[in-house]
Amino acid sequence: MIPSSFTYQRAGSVEEALSLVAEHGDDAKFLAGGHSLLPLMKLRLAAPEVIIDLGGLHDLSYVSDEGSYIAIGALTRHHDVENSEVLSREVPLLAHAAGQVGDPQIRHRGTIGGSIAHADPASDLPAVLLALDATIVARGAGGEREIGIGEFFQGLFETALEPDELLTEIRVPKPASAAAWSFQKFTQRAIDWAIVGCAVQDGHVALVNMGGTPLRAAAVEAALAGGASPADAAAHAAEGTSAAEDIRATRAYREHLARVLVSRALTEASSRS
Amino acid sequence: MKVDLTVNGKNITADVEDRMLLVHFLRDVADLTATNVGCDTTSCGACTVLLDGESVKSCTVLAAQASGHEVTTVEGLAANGQMHPVQRAFHNEHGLQCGFCTPGMVMAIVSLLKENPHPTEEQVRNGLEGNLCRCTGYHNIVRAALAAAEAPAEVSA
Repeated sequence: MIPSSFTYQRAGSVEEALSLVAEHGDDAKFLAGGHSLLPLMKLRLAAPEVIIDLGGLHDLSYVSDEGSYIAIGALTRHHDVENSEVLSREVPLLAHAAGQVGDPQIRHRGTIGGSIAHADPASDLPAVLLALDATIVARGAGGEREIGIGEFFQGLFETALEPDELLTEIRVPKPASAAAWSFQKFTQRAIDWAIVGCAVQDGHVALVNMGGTPLRAAAVEAALAGGASPADAAAHAAEGTSAAEDIRATRAYREHLARVLVSRALTEASSRS
Repeated sequence: MKVDLTVNGKNITADVEDRMLLVHFLRDVADLTATNVGCDTTSCGACTVLLDGESVKSCTVLAAQASGHEVTTVEGLAANGQMHPVQRAFHNEHGLQCGFCTPGMVMAIVSLLKENPHPTEEQVRNGLEGNLCRCTGYHNIVRAALAAAEAPAEVSA
């Protein structure tokens, strides 16, 4: 399969990327690792006229300890997040989950910023960053701004980024208890998207693929805060969700899976902490 | 657009469509047809090659993205007429049946062993999660990877 025709442009700097997108507007798409966008283009579900390749912006690939939070460059690959010593120590949930994305070849190309900006509710890292209360940094013509992860995901493949903004950094606050984490996902084949997934950190519970955006399981969190056991809290996992029906699962099955996976995740997180 | 890649140590410059995929560049421009197109959806791993030494699925990389970078295909592994240890291990352990997945499997294992020279069987199985064998010949493929990891590294040079 071959994508429809487009013009390829390689950005040499963030400034150049921003000026290219300002020039081409809605006709242009940023390309990071390309492992979400290129498959969509091959299926002709996306047909941008201009591709702005960010692959040369090596200064947006980093993990750095900033004291109260860890700063991660948007172009840091899943492979590098997975193998980051800083993240393994400070935010093991994120390092582990990055190692569960796709397969090794995909992790050699896919980036954390690309995954977040793509905003697929079936992807792992959006829900993980929701559980971690991350902050997204975006740069546009008007300068830099911070977006709370809770406001970032606005709908299926829709984010709070403006068309002329570039996601540059993800800031992850250091968890109160780094060990109190779990990541669960249920797939048919190893490399598939999760039918349902669940990320837990310090009593925050986020769900993969239980609606048009990644979701916080608010009813579970409220039950936990009220002193419920993991099993009792997990019984609320499907409340407030709107899971899709598709070839892999009915809505009722996804709701069942959410309760099972949240229960497992809460049990594992509390046994670690 | 003009692209400039180093493929198996050889520089190749060509004028290609902006939308050309790396796998088509390798097969149709560089005339290196060992790399197969399998699923064409980033799932099966038959098109796996090394990009700057790391395994990638060449059906999901643009030739333009690889311009200025180094690509290694299975044709580039043997040195001085000697098979690479991973190739030899596939031969010795009967790591192939129909052979369609083999170039991708070999390249995925070369990359895996570079990152983890002495993996456990479980690590090999997890490391090959992105490569499908339509003959389901996984046991011997895993044996080949483990044998290659223990092989003396006398071949290269």
